[in-house]
Amino acid sequence: MELSFVGWGYIGAGIGAGLAVLGAGLGIGKLAAAALDGSARQPEMAGKLMTTMLIAAALIEGLGLFAIVICFLAGSTLSTYVKGATHTPAAAEASR
Amino acid sequence: MYLTIHVLMIWIASSILIAGAFIARRQAGTVSHGLANFLELIILYFRDEVVRPNLGERGDKYLPYFLTLFFFILLCNLIGLVPYAMTPTSNIAVTAGMAFLTFALINVSGIWELGPVHYVKSFVPHGLPFWLIPGIWLIEVLGLFTKALALCIRLFANMIAGHMLILVILCLIFIFNSLWIAPISLGVAVAISVLEVFVCCLQAYVFTLLTALFVGAAVNPQH
Repeated sequence: MELSFVGWGYIGAGIGAGLAVLGAGLGIGKLAAAALDGSARQPEMAGKLMTTMLIAAALIEGLGLFAIVICFLAGSTLSTYVKGATHTPAAAEASR
Repeated sequence: MYLTIHVLMIWIASSILIAGAFIARRQAGTVSHGLANFLELIILYFRDEVVRPNLGERGDKYLPYFLTLFFFILLCNLIGLVPYAMTPTSNIAVTAGMAFLTFALINVSGIWELGPVHYVKSFVPHGLPFWLIPGIWLIEVLGLFTKALALCIRLFANMIAGHMLILVILCLIFIFNSLWIAPISLGVAVAISVLEVFVCCLQAYVFTLLTALFVGAAVNPQH
């Protein structure tokens, strides 16, 4: 049985995780830049600005973690097709 | 029924919460001292900045639920940093249960405050062309499920990612099979654990804030 799809699948999961981090990093970077700009112009608003920044950063990071969870799922499903993997009963079935 | 470690950790977190509540109740008053003083700071912050701006004055009815949610998630997250203990919220079943409670609260509070017919009609804002209404209504209904799912996965993924990162960094010692990597590895693991404490508090706060936002949107729909 041709098993090269397992290799391609792992490459896909890895690239997906990297792209997700790229998107989240860009988004949170712009957010931090805006918060710092605002704090530099008006130091007395720094407290409220930081609170808003933290909330928005948590939301954007949630999106990045969606993609990470999907990559986890892809990796764990692919590992059942690896020949000789016996840590799941499905894998023992697949490698028989 | 199996007693997994997640269930045991939930029981421990709940008993700490109940014991804390009993202790703080005796210390409360016009001038509280001790644990009640600290809890009062957080409770007043939640009432004035999170619940009242979103739900209005009748939000005081829902305040116990939000406070319980915040302290429970906070304790569950923090208990995972103790050695030999496990984070309950890193199990998707736990976070899915809490997200389901939020979903139920949004719908039940909307139906209770607005009446069933008016609540269903409140998904669609006024003044739309009539051929858009079915599409927008369907998207809003889907949005209900997506909001709860997003809450669930955000908390779960944050907890899993932090602990997995610490695990991987500590496993570098075994992968390299040498002792010289140990100081670097332990230093980085300690630094990431400090970041984890911050992330635990932040994720508990974001979960509660978003629940308050969604319940507020369901209870006072913007026309």
